[in-house]
Amino acid sequence: MKLDRRAFIGTGAAAAAALSAPHVRAASHGKPKVVVVGGGAGGATAARYIAKDSNGEIDVTLVEPTRMYYTCFFSNLYIGGFRELSSIGHSYGGLAKQGVNVVHDWAVGIDRDAKTVTLAGGAVLPYDKLVLSPGIDFVDGAVPGWSVAAQNKMPHAYKAGSQTELLKAQIESMPAGGTFAMVAPPNPFRCPPGPYERVSMVAHLLKNINPTAKIIVADPKPKFSKMALFQDGWSRHYDGMIDWIGQDFGGDKVEVNADEMTVSIDGEVTKVDACNVIPAMKAGKICDMAGITDGRWAPVDGHSMVSKMDENIHVLGDSCSQGDMPKSGFSANSQAKVCAMAVRGALTGSKVFPAKFSNTCWSLLDTDDGVKVGATYKATDEKIAKVDGFISQVGEDDALRKQTFEESVGWYAGITADMFG
Amino acid sequence: MSGRVLGAAALALGVAVAAPAWGEGHAEPIGDAEAGAEVFDYCVGCHEVGAGAENGIGPHLNGIFGRTAGSIENYKYSKGLTREGKLGMVWDLEHLDAYLTNPKALVSDTRMSFDGLDDKTERDDVLAYLRQFSDNPQNIPEAAPTARPPEVELPPEILAMVGDPDYGEYLSNECTTCHQADGDYDGIPGIVSWPEEDFVIAMHAYKRKIRPHPVMQMMAGRLTDEEIAALAAYFGKLE
Ligand SMILES: Cc1cc2nc3c(=O)[nH]c(=O)nc-3n(C[C@H](O)[C@H](O)[C@H](O)COP(=O)(O)OP(=O)(O)OC[C@H]3O[C@@H](n4cnc5c(N)ncnc54)[C@H](O)[C@@H]3O)c2cc1C
Repeated sequence: MKLDRRAFIGTGAAAAAALSAPHVRAASHGKPKVVVVGGGAGGATAARYIAKDSNGEIDVTLVEPTRMYYTCFFSNLYIGGFRELSSIGHSYGGLAKQGVNVVHDWAVGIDRDAKTVTLAGGAVLPYDKLVLSPGIDFVDGAVPGWSVAAQNKMPHAYKAGSQTELLKAQIESMPAGGTFAMVAPPNPFRCPPGPYERVSMVAHLLKNINPTAKIIVADPKPKFSKMALFQDGWSRHYDGMIDWIGQDFGGDKVEVNADEMTVSIDGEVTKVDACNVIPAMKAGKICDMAGITDGRWAPVDGHSMVSKMDENIHVLGDSCSQGDMPKSGFSANSQAKVCAMAVRGALTGSKVFPAKFSNTCWSLLDTDDGVKVGATYKATDEKIAKVDGFISQVGEDDALRKQTFEESVGWYAGITADMFG
Repeated sequence: MSGRVLGAAALALGVAVAAPAWGEGHAEPIGDAEAGAEVFDYCVGCHEVGAGAENGIGPHLNGIFGRTAGSIENYKYSKGLTREGKLGMVWDLEHLDAYLTNPKALVSDTRMSFDGLDDKTERDDVLAYLRQFSDNPQNIPEAAPTARPPEVELPPEILAMVGDPDYGEYLSNECTTCHQADGDYDGIPGIVSWPEEDFVIAMHAYKRKIRPHPVMQMMAGRLTDEEIAALAAYFGKLE
């Protein structure tokens, strides 16, 4: 049964008018217009929820260059051999069916006074509300010797798809007993457990095809997410294979040479056979172009995910700085729903409820050995603040670990259905 | 009613396990019904069987052997089971065994959130157990009903609360990151079309940390009684 949303919006309007912030109606004639830039975890969810819940009262355009979005989540499982690459690719047909106008192009400019977005193809899209969820870009010069020009020799695989495929192929063609190196990123970065889940999956792959291979991780941080759980898993499954060099041992003094395939850690140069460089990150470039960043990220108000620099722009996911939430697909999806509600409230007067957020990140250590960490959050006037959380424990039994992994498979199906319809 | 007739025919065959046994005119028991009573623990979260059994999250299982799929009145079936029933699928031993092995392999769009039982002995035993409640005619033995006391004793005013489905729809946004809105199951249970009371009891059991799952304890932990009622009302109406 479909609930009658129209009736709901009708009654909601009066309440919202009494409750909420200035009631902005579309300046342009016709329906209010929302442009969403970036069709990933944040943008696809926001576009879908605004279109779905406004029943055609809002014009929603999604700008996304790729026709097939490969999720970073579960891309490590592809490296480990637990998923096919095709199983993590999603197209935008479902969103189009939901009434979202999907435009495959890059946004290359934002005029905040005129309230327009310019696309690489030349089109100029007017908006009443703009939602930016462009993910991350890398900080230039963050890892000496590495630049985006070196990404085919030393892939980052931190935007999924061909980069992930390339990295996996390079690991698979390592000589027997060869060395894989990872340069891990400094905080804050997309998916705090991501590099360490990747190390686990690379180890799983190598254990099967190249059991005498070695893994070196140079990490600028003294500790990392779910560290005890990962280190316990590594010693149980991949004993002696992984050498993690943290900040205390010079893991922050790294230089790479992509032509020579060498990695220098605290002055000691090692020849490697495959190398995954994950540089420091910043908000997707379009945020800088819009002039809504402060330092590397775009600050937002947690009540509605609205930019602190422009009341008509909302920023979601990895690009925003909001407080306590980790940069994850789950977080971006959760923020997108709060944003969608705020945008509809502002444009059509629909009911606006207090913001609630949550996040859970699952990681796979080895076959049927899954762990998770999660928390709930609320918006305060300063930031999005953590309310409550939990984390898997070292020493849990096999059945629970298997169940945790199976749950992550269910989550993947759930969130991708929630994003793409 | 042809389903019933067919069902009865299947039932006669259904008592035997091994195909060759039919011809020889003596039926082997399906399995160990007593052991099956324990295997049924996997099912009791959603299904009741025995005297006085009622529909809950899943339909009651009295008379399941020989029943046409999707045929109990007043139970809201998934599209899949309704369709299979119309196509004439009857729960005979073979179909029940296939369904318990892998529910989605038999009915791809079933709402039953269950991975299946790989172990043939477990399946045989639980089917032997269920078979006891499917005598023909369906005189249900006076076994203790499997309906358990609710996991949490909730004050009547909480159970009586009428949820606002519109508010529930908003709150449901937090649930649908993991639980699919069309009720599909891939490792995280479907939660649509549940009787509201079952939904409310389950959520309060998480909230009070009687049910163990940490994510759900955390999510339920910050929901008020009204919010739980609203979610129950909203998801109860979804199909
Ligand atoms: C290896 C790895 C594992 C991960 N595992 C998990 C996990 O298990 N669970 C989890 O929750 N998260 C996980 N994450 C994190 C998750 O992928 C990100 O946090 C999430 O994708 C962020 O969503 P987003 O919308 O901010 O950005 P994205 O999902 O990256 O989407 C950004 C989109 O914007 C588009 N775009 C960028 N610039 C423009 C422009 N100028 N014009 C138009 N379009 C543009 C891009 O093409 C892209 O499709 C993982 C990440 C990695 C790298």
